Amino acid sequence: MTKTASGVSRQLPLIVTAAIFALLFATAAHFYEGFFSARVFISLLSENAFLGIAAVGMTLVIFSGGIDLSVGAVIGFTSIFTATLIEKHQLAPGLAWALGLAAGSALGAGMGSLIHFFRLPPFLITLAGMFLARGAGFWISTDSVGINHALYGRISAYEWVFGAVAIPASALFLVAVILAGWVVAHHTRFGRTLLAVGGNEQSALLMGLPIGPAKIGVYTVNGFCAALAGIVATLYTGSGNPSMGLGLELDAIAIVVIGGTLLTGGRGHMLGTLLGVLIFGTIQAAILFDGRLSSWWMRIVVGALLLVFILLQRLFLRRK
Amino acid sequence: MKTRSPVLWPLLGLVALVLLNAVHDPGFLKITLLDGHLYGVPVDILTQGSRTMLVALGMTLVIATGGVDLSVGSVVAITGAVCAVLLQGEHSLALTLAAALGAGLVAGSANGLLVARLGVQPIVATLILMVAGRGLAQLIVDGQVIIIKNPAFDYLANGFVLGLPVAPLLVAGLFLATHLALRRTALGLFIEAVGDNETASRFAGLAAARIKALAYVFCGACAGLAGVLAAANIRAADAYRAGENMELDAIFAVVVGGTALSGGRFSVLGTAIGALLIQTLTTTMYNLGVPPAIAPVPKALLIIGVSLLQAEKVGRWLGGLWPKKETAA
Amino acid sequence: MPDHALLELRGIGKTFPGVMALAGVDFTVRAGEIHALLGENGAGKSTLIKVLTGVHPADAGEIRLAGQVIRPAAPKDAERLGLSTVYQEVNLVPSLSVAENITLGRQPGALGFLNWRAIRRRARAALARLEVECDVDAELGSLSVAMQQMVAIARALDTSARLLVLDEPTASLDEKEVAELFGIMRKLRGEGLGIVFVTHFLDQVYAVSDRLTVLRNGRLVGEYATADLSRLALVGKMLGREVSEADFTSHVAAPAATTQPVLAARGLGRRGAIAPVDLALHAGEVAGLGGLLGSGRTETARLLFGIVARDGGEIRIKGVPVRLASPREAVQLGLAFCSEDRKAEGILPNLSVRENLLVALQGKRGALRTLDAAEQAQLCEHYIKALRIKTADAETPIKNLSGGNQQKVLLARWLATQPAVIILDEPTRGIDIGAKQEIEQLISKLRADGLAVLFISSEIDEVVRNCSRVLVLRERRLAGEIAGADINPEKLMHLMAGTHED
Repeated sequence: MTKTASGVSRQLPLIVTAAIFALLFATAAHFYEGFFSARVFISLLSENAFLGIAAVGMTLVIFSGGIDLSVGAVIGFTSIFTATLIEKHQLAPGLAWALGLAAGSALGAGMGSLIHFFRLPPFLITLAGMFLARGAGFWISTDSVGINHALYGRISAYEWVFGAVAIPASALFLVAVILAGWVVAHHTRFGRTLLAVGGNEQSALLMGLPIGPAKIGVYTVNGFCAALAGIVATLYTGSGNPSMGLGLELDAIAIVVIGGTLLTGGRGHMLGTLLGVLIFGTIQAAILFDGRLSSWWMRIVVGALLLVFILLQRLFLRRK
Repeated sequence: MKTRSPVLWPLLGLVALVLLNAVHDPGFLKITLLDGHLYGVPVDILTQGSRTMLVALGMTLVIATGGVDLSVGSVVAITGAVCAVLLQGEHSLALTLAAALGAGLVAGSANGLLVARLGVQPIVATLILMVAGRGLAQLIVDGQVIIIKNPAFDYLANGFVLGLPVAPLLVAGLFLATHLALRRTALGLFIEAVGDNETASRFAGLAAARIKALAYVFCGACAGLAGVLAAANIRAADAYRAGENMELDAIFAVVVGGTALSGGRFSVLGTAIGALLIQTLTTTMYNLGVPPAIAPVPKALLIIGVSLLQAEKVGRWLGGLWPKKETAA
Repeated sequence: MPDHALLELRGIGKTFPGVMALAGVDFTVRAGEIHALLGENGAGKSTLIKVLTGVHPADAGEIRLAGQVIRPAAPKDAERLGLSTVYQEVNLVPSLSVAENITLGRQPGALGFLNWRAIRRRARAALARLEVECDVDAELGSLSVAMQQMVAIARALDTSARLLVLDEPTASLDEKEVAELFGIMRKLRGEGLGIVFVTHFLDQVYAVSDRLTVLRNGRLVGEYATADLSRLALVGKMLGREVSEADFTSHVAAPAATTQPVLAARGLGRRGAIAPVDLALHAGEVAGLGGLLGSGRTETARLLFGIVARDGGEIRIKGVPVRLASPREAVQLGLAFCSEDRKAEGILPNLSVRENLLVALQGKRGALRTLDAAEQAQLCEHYIKALRIKTADAETPIKNLSGGNQQKVLLARWLATQPAVIILDEPTRGIDIGAKQEIEQLISKLRADGLAVLFISSEIDEVVRNCSRVLVLRERRLAGEIAGADINPEKLMHLMAGTHED
């Protein structure tokens, strides 16, 4: 067995995902004039920045064999929470962001503790977390709050100009978070422990790995990511809105699965999640470019991709 | 040893909540007869809660087999859309209802196939339809909110028979029929056996995969009918909002009603009470002037509390506080 | 006390709720020896290993490593002390790479960040020590079980191990792979490691071990030099029976030889589980399926009941060939099967005695031909009385019953279906003496009633007392068959040990 052969077979899901992205992008470029451009490519990232950031956290949770349905609600909560702090209480944006990130992390840590110590099903506890966060968001304000702070204007107007290409701040945020997520997932003990726990919790226990800290830690990190996504969304829209991110958890999960990560845990790659965001963005952009296709095709295509990937994963595992 | 009825706790919770309301607002329990029809808050709770109850009925069986169905909300949207389009096309009510039920059955079969035959985790398998289903519903109505003008259809959700609202009666009838079908035949036993220990059930000669698949099919049918009621209730098919969060309410109703998420023993009556409890909670919030958007918070606290009570660890702690009687060996 | 002892356990005791797993067990391993740990089901081997590796800390006794008292409270503690274990089912993560599996939890790197180059280097070094060629970047799950086993050993050795515990490492290896493993074990012994080797295969014990310790029912039977103990004597120690004891033979009447078998299997087998066997069961007979643990008894039973698919061969019921591809089909054909694992594969723990008792009959009848309440009550009353099941009433959840009474409910479950053939896999395991006797009486009654019974047991006397014919399996193939007055403990033990001379 040569080294490259084994490397290829290990990364097969990633390669399939990359091929699907290339195919989709090429097809769209073929049918829609002007699709094949750096501007469109960058918009795939910038238009989905906060979704992508949430998907990074979700990837880590799914690595560990868990799931977190609260991310959309945490985005909504953080968005209205920080906006209210800045606008109504005249807090410095930096401080408001820190508080928002702390709140998201705390909720994640609480859910992780319930899941770990009481062996409760993650989907139920994070559902409850979703209700809590959404309710708390609406409790702060039922209407959206516009943010007029100068810093917001500056950040949302910022573009990193690179030759003929201008990259907006939101895309830069997403790339930075994915890079950080990649380092955590693939170059830290924490990340590998998550995969081990998701792959076989019993083995991880017998190997002496810190299961409790890993599980509680991953929901905390995910809460942090969701809060960060909420802040980025607020930057992007210039306002805080408690209903922001409604149903976003489903898109985030879909992106992770389309990225080749096994929904039952133990196997996956952070770069797959980047590809997942790109695929999601491509479908969205293609529907927009077409103009005749309605927005609901998005959900149908994403659902179909989910089905295909889950069936492929079943096939892949059964053959082993 | 007689096991304590699983319905006891949710029933006590419901009674306590009703009493709380009655103290706060003496008119809460008042039921008036107007034009030969019953009106009042309790009637509203029954009517508004009937759809959740129906979805929760199907969910009970799925959870009893050790699974879960996240797609019910999307199925509600699909069947509502099917009804609207068919009625708009001047098709008969019978055909419309049959088509809606059929759509629910197809959706349930797809879930059952993935879970029972292909062995996909229930959360994962039903997530697919949860995502795609709402898109399909929007596709069916072409993104429009279609107004339904059909008196007979309207009657299903908003009519009265002998002074009583039709929808809760219909749902109560379905609960009764399901209860009888499960408890007067061995189907209920089979479902509980598969949920309690799937391997042992298979080794005892039960067709475990088929039983699981049937639970999903039934759940799809219930969600389909709930979609009909939802569309009839607002006299329109709203593919965006119909059935929104309904999977959550249904799962909550089942768990609060005493059926464990791990599967096994289930209680159809408990689910009915659980659904009423959740609807009463929503109504209470409304009466107390809490904005509807915040209503999820007490639900979330309730569900965390109930699942903690069911958790083994907490059971051990409480067991230490109140030693239970040894059973005769 | 040998002064060169590497590991000494003295007076180890461990009790789980309701079960005494170990009592007063001594166990000594020297540096540079391979020490086999032997015993039948419930002997306490796994518990002893779990005590040693900190999974279940002991209730009583003392563990010394190189003279120092140690108290491992978690697998990590034991590893740090140099006690490493390779468990029966390879306890690694199949979806991760070989290099990661070897180093997980102790990867080189700083501040929680990983140094992948060092990880690979360390994994290669660990494999090189075993002289194993393996791509460290390959996904573990893509390797053969034997190779995964090697990776598990490499992981165990990575932590400067002084003692290596191999818990049934050969269970799924073929002959060549076993030989390779033995080569590595001998090499490590040469390096001064102490190796604890748990196995069911006597040939392997004699091939590789220097000394051995036998446990039985949670107690120490003795420690012996392998070369000084004959095979037959070893089997006697494991089964708790001296060969010299007054022997007795089977008095169980055989059925008329001319009858057509109720169930006949030809060439029944499955690769890796059991080599093709022929067997026939007649009405009114109790046939025994003997053999040591791991000899293929349970596998044979599972093939007969359609739980696992057979590779080939033919099964006939009353002369008619049948497909028999699922337990459901088996039940419809009049077969019944009591699993050896009552908890995982037998009881429906939260359901009542009544439901547990009736589920198979109801399944056979189908959902719609429901037994009415009176029939249910009558059946329950009948079986609770006939089998003397001790339960408050029929509505008690079965998990509240004692093991023996649970087992009786499961037997009643099958008797209610009025089967023609009943397969009992260790029906007396883990239940008290009184219940054991009652179950033996019941088996004899079933025979008299004309059922065909296939009886699997680790208790040699039980086999002799109850069977009119015994098929003995050894190392996953049929080793021989004895019948009638020829059945005595010594003959059986010879067959099980592979020391019979004919």
